[in-house]
Amino acid sequence: MTLSHYLLLSGLLFAIGLAGVIVRRNIIIIFMCLELMLNAGNLALVAFSRFNLSGQGAAAQPNYNGQMLVFLIITVAAAEVAVGLAIIVALFRSRQTIHVDDLNSLQG
Amino acid sequence: MSPAALLLFLPLLAAAVITLFLKRNATVSALVSVASALVCLAISISLLAGGTDAREVLFNWIDLGSFKLPIELKIDQLSKSMMLVVTVVGTLVHIFSLGYMKDDAGKARFFAGLSLFMFSMTGIVLANNLPMMFIFWELVGVSSYVLIGHWYDKASAADAAKKAFLTNRIGDFGFMIGILLLWSITGATDFGGIEGWFQIQTNKDLVAPGLLTAATLCIFCGAVGKSAQFPLHVWLPDAMEGPTPVSALIHAATMVAAGVFMMVRMDFLVLASVDAATVIAWIGGITALLAALMATQQNDIKRVLAYSTLSQLGYMVMAVGLNAGLAGYFHLFTHAGFKALLFLGSGAVIYACHHEQDIWKMGGLKDKMKLTTLTFAIGTAALIAIPGTSGFFSKEGILDAAFEHNKALFGIAAFVAFLTSFYMTRLFVVAFLGKARDHGAEHAHEAPLVMLVPLLILAVPSLLAGYGFFSGSILPQPEHVGEHHGLLQMMLSPVGTTSLVALIAGVGLGFVMYRGKNQDPLKISLFANKFYFDELYAKIVNVAQDGLASLANFFDKCFIDGLAVRGSALTASGAGQLFRRLQVGNIQGYAFLFGLGVLLLIFLAMMG
Repeated sequence: MTLSHYLLLSGLLFAIGLAGVIVRRNIIIIFMCLELMLNAGNLALVAFSRFNLSGQGAAAQPNYNGQMLVFLIITVAAAEVAVGLAIIVALFRSRQTIHVDDLNSLQG
Repeated sequence: MSPAALLLFLPLLAAAVITLFLKRNATVSALVSVASALVCLAISISLLAGGTDAREVLFNWIDLGSFKLPIELKIDQLSKSMMLVVTVVGTLVHIFSLGYMKDDAGKARFFAGLSLFMFSMTGIVLANNLPMMFIFWELVGVSSYVLIGHWYDKASAADAAKKAFLTNRIGDFGFMIGILLLWSITGATDFGGIEGWFQIQTNKDLVAPGLLTAATLCIFCGAVGKSAQFPLHVWLPDAMEGPTPVSALIHAATMVAAGVFMMVRMDFLVLASVDAATVIAWIGGITALLAALMATQQNDIKRVLAYSTLSQLGYMVMAVGLNAGLAGYFHLFTHAGFKALLFLGSGAVIYACHHEQDIWKMGGLKDKMKLTTLTFAIGTAALIAIPGTSGFFSKEGILDAAFEHNKALFGIAAFVAFLTSFYMTRLFVVAFLGKARDHGAEHAHEAPLVMLVPLLILAVPSLLAGYGFFSGSILPQPEHVGEHHGLLQMMLSPVGTTSLVALIAGVGLGFVMYRGKNQDPLKISLFANKFYFDELYAKIVNVAQDGLASLANFFDKCFIDGLAVRGSALTASGAGQLFRRLQVGNIQGYAFLFGLGVLLLIFLAMMG
């Protein structure tokens, strides 16, 4: 397994997430695809951290900066899920739909 | 306070006191006004007797570094003699008004107006620089407006006041431009400074001659307005709507002479520009001719006199244009006397005939108003220049100048002299001789003493002002003063003979045509309708106004409304129309565009 395998997987995940966001109409699915994109990013960061060693041999250490950033992203994602799900609940309460095609009152 | 300053400000004080405190008390305000006029008369006589020329700075109106504009009085022979004219005629008119305006409701206002006018006129006469003269120039316009419109509840009087003021504004605008031009050319605003500049030939060589001509003509514009010269003459006849004493003081003797006075004050301007001099002389000649022609067909006693004033002013302006300013000024001096006499006489007649002004409804007044008739006859004699009267000498001076410089103008002037004798004879024969034609004239009675005395006093200068012993010490003398001709010699010279022939022909024709007539045997509608100048001007004003209005309308609709208001609205809404297409209202659409944008940014970053 080399770095490029991980990056390829990460890119695939990101592309699937983006495609989901763009193509799907159910707002819950869109939300999940967003999470997928975030985690694709996480995977790339972890891969970079693992393959970007400092030092030689057994004493070699991964670059922890990347892993710290991943924790940060997970935290932010958790907060985002809380806010986002709350918005979706509120939206459903007021519009009785989670279908984005019906949410076009901002259309010019 | 020096006498000259007192002379200037006393009438203003009188006007202020009357307006502020004495509006309700007509008798006292009349007396205040008359008293101030009398004191002014005394001061101006003492100034004349005092002799020395002087200049006196009252205060600095504008003081900006090197530029100073003082309110300064200039006392020389010219201003002293003019002050004498103003105060003598002014005082007599004040006294006359005591009788004429005895029962008028606006008596206090009238006398305040007279005093204000005296103040303004004194300012013009004593001014030592052009801006100061301009201020008072405007002030006489205002006081003339107030006095013409004295009976403002009469629509014709209110209109006449407006017309006089507006017509004067046109001339004054030119005057102001002229003042600015002269200031920019010479760098001076006072008469002495400007004259000093003009005396140095090299100065004039450095300036384009057209500029000097333009400046002179612009200054002359002021005189055209104030002295009612063609083409701005239309206001003066209408100004007769004012009370008759006002017509005598303002529209015969003093204010309308201000233009001539100003041109005489600055005769060096006319000397410096031959073209301007020619224009001025011809304008004077044309005015004299047109006005005399119009006068032959007027039926209102005051209007006949008004047109004759126009005509005589034309003479004076012509003299100015012929570089004989002092001859013109001499005529101004004598004219002020006899024309004030004629106007006050007509006032007495109108008063006696219960405010009837149509000469065809008068007649036979000579038996009922002996003294008035006598003084009116003296005034007429002076106006038509019967040898020996004051008008003869002064008119002869102008005719001499015309004969010497411009034969065509001499012909016009001689013809005008003929017309003058003709229409004045007509007026006198119709109004005073024959039989009374109307109720008012039948019951006419001699004017009261307070009105007769001014007439009698004014008759004296009308007869004598031409002689050297009377006016020699008053008038400024031309430097190239010729030998004084005797009366007989003047009559026998070619000029004198011509004017005698014109006089006899005019008087004879007038007598033959109008003796014993009950209506005008001569009907020339062109003259009676004043050459249709009023109609023409009304048309021009209308056309110009309509044209300007439609132009403004077009501009407003096209540029203001179309471009500025609707244009900006259209731009905003058009841009909105365009950009609203981006707002598809579809979250995925936004996300897609967002993704594309990110890709673009990455692409650009990589390429950079």
